[in-house]
Amino acid sequence: MTTAPRILPAGDQALTVEFADRIDDAINQRVIALADSLEQSPIPGLLECVPTYRSLLVLYDPEVTRGRDLSAALLERARAQTRATTIHRLWRVPMVFGGAAGLDLETLAADKGLSVANLIAAFTAPEYRVHMIGFAPGFAYLGGLPEALHTPRLPKPRQRVEAGAIGIGGQQANINSVPGPSGWRFLGRTPLRLFDPERAEPFLMRAGDRVRFEPIDIATAERLDAAVAAGTTIVEPDIR
Amino acid sequence: MTPSLTVQRAGPLTTVQDRGRPGLLHAGVSASGPMDPARLAIANALVGNAPDAAALEFAGPGGRYTVSAPVRIAAVGDVAVTIGGRAVPAWQSHPVTPGQRLELGAPQDGVWGYLAIAGGLDTPPVLGARATHLRTGLGGLDGRVLRSGDTVPLGAATVEEGAPHLRLRRPWRPVESAIRVLAGPQADHFDEAAWDRLLSEPYRISPARDRMAQMLEGPVLTAHRGHDIVSDGTPMGSVQVPGSGQPMVLMAERQTTGGYPKMAVVASVDLPRLAQMPTGQVVRFTRVDRDTAEDLLIAERRALRALLDGLVPAEGWRPDTPLLLDVNLIDGVVGDLDGGSA
Repeated sequence: MTTAPRILPAGDQALTVEFADRIDDAINQRVIALADSLEQSPIPGLLECVPTYRSLLVLYDPEVTRGRDLSAALLERARAQTRATTIHRLWRVPMVFGGAAGLDLETLAADKGLSVANLIAAFTAPEYRVHMIGFAPGFAYLGGLPEALHTPRLPKPRQRVEAGAIGIGGQQANINSVPGPSGWRFLGRTPLRLFDPERAEPFLMRAGDRVRFEPIDIATAERLDAAVAAGTTIVEPDIR
Repeated sequence: MTPSLTVQRAGPLTTVQDRGRPGLLHAGVSASGPMDPARLAIANALVGNAPDAAALEFAGPGGRYTVSAPVRIAAVGDVAVTIGGRAVPAWQSHPVTPGQRLELGAPQDGVWGYLAIAGGLDTPPVLGARATHLRTGLGGLDGRVLRSGDTVPLGAATVEEGAPHLRLRRPWRPVESAIRVLAGPQADHFDEAAWDRLLSEPYRISPARDRMAQMLEGPVLTAHRGHDIVSDGTPMGSVQVPGSGQPMVLMAERQTTGGYPKMAVVASVDLPRLAQMPTGQVVRFTRVDRDTAEDLLIAERRALRALLDGLVPAEGWRPDTPLLLDVNLIDGVVGDLDGGSA
């Protein structure tokens, strides 16, 4: 099902192009396709685009283009843009399950009536898509979590969850990018850093990327931790 | 040796800020930067800095400083400024020499004041800017507020040593009016009764405020379509309403996406004015359309550019008086640090 995109007001320096008001992979692909299109052939006065699950926030300079003109141009572009971009990146994310970062692994398996091994198998089976980066620098919201694993967030967030922790919140998965409070349920962690301001590419992932989790043991994780700490790139994405 | 600024006594919330770090919202990083951009621009212009130079932003008392080399400074906001024990006016530039104390009071006309120093603060740029983002610990001095004992490196001043000290030709005072708001992305999640309430009832500036958001207290605003939305992008100045029905206005360090409905967005020209309101003050909102708000913003930018292009020599500035001698005669550099009032 497709819906016609519409423009929502967002102040005197921003507009929102909304495709739908639900989480839907096809809708999200259209959002990202519009962002890509605007990056490749920009509209004068357009400053910045923020792709999210189901809409694109667009910032503009009213001294260069007025909101009313930009609305028309954006709608035209959004309607013409029906196909998702075909090229994307796939990240094979090494993940160690359980341990200090995987606080909820066993409880969640018990809640779902699964063995830990089966929970891990279910979690690593799909190819996830980065629906958006938001909330914190480089924080990746992943779509594609199997329905059997959908789990509400904790009623009371934990005070501190480390960067690299991988968890479930509602119908999504995530990779924590910076340490901080979180109400997500965490299954494990990756030595990868989604955000490092010192790195040439500070942000590892972007909306539209694909992600696969590949289980590793603790010894491998510690070896990769050391490599990351030394500034070594441990994973390059496949370009497809 | 690189000239530097040393914090002798830190104010409660002083950070390094430049114009901010735009272009990274898609990566989850809000721009940060000043809560009152016009004041930062004025402070930089008064000391001959480029508009993208970094300065100090402070809320509450601005703190006490010394410098390692002669500099020119300007404090912006109605702030008590003393240099070497002598009171000097804010809103214009002054010389400060090593051995003199520079002391800044709290802004009397708002919350956020600025201190610019010729050459700018030369902390290492992070992701292309020096602005501190406290919530994520990025930029500025180790991503945090300044503390007593900190030393901040200064850049090389471009202003010539003998150049006149500068002031504004006329004061920069925002208009007195209700805070103008535009419809937000989820304006239609709120019915006419909720909109009437926002636009007719008083809301109060809550003490729960920081560089990320300004909470407001007042009659409950109910979203008839619910207070949870699929997260979307959060423009600066969004009036977001969580389930409590108490609105909050998203500021420089906001989260880049959010799951609460954004009922309205504060007009860009009025957002610094809201940020400058003291805690407890009553806010009244009025609605404007986008064309009007854009016109106001364009007019304000032009007025500010005109003001900054027409800076005039500061009162009392004499081109033939050696500045250092002047300072020495009046204050006596020696003993200033030991003899000054605590």
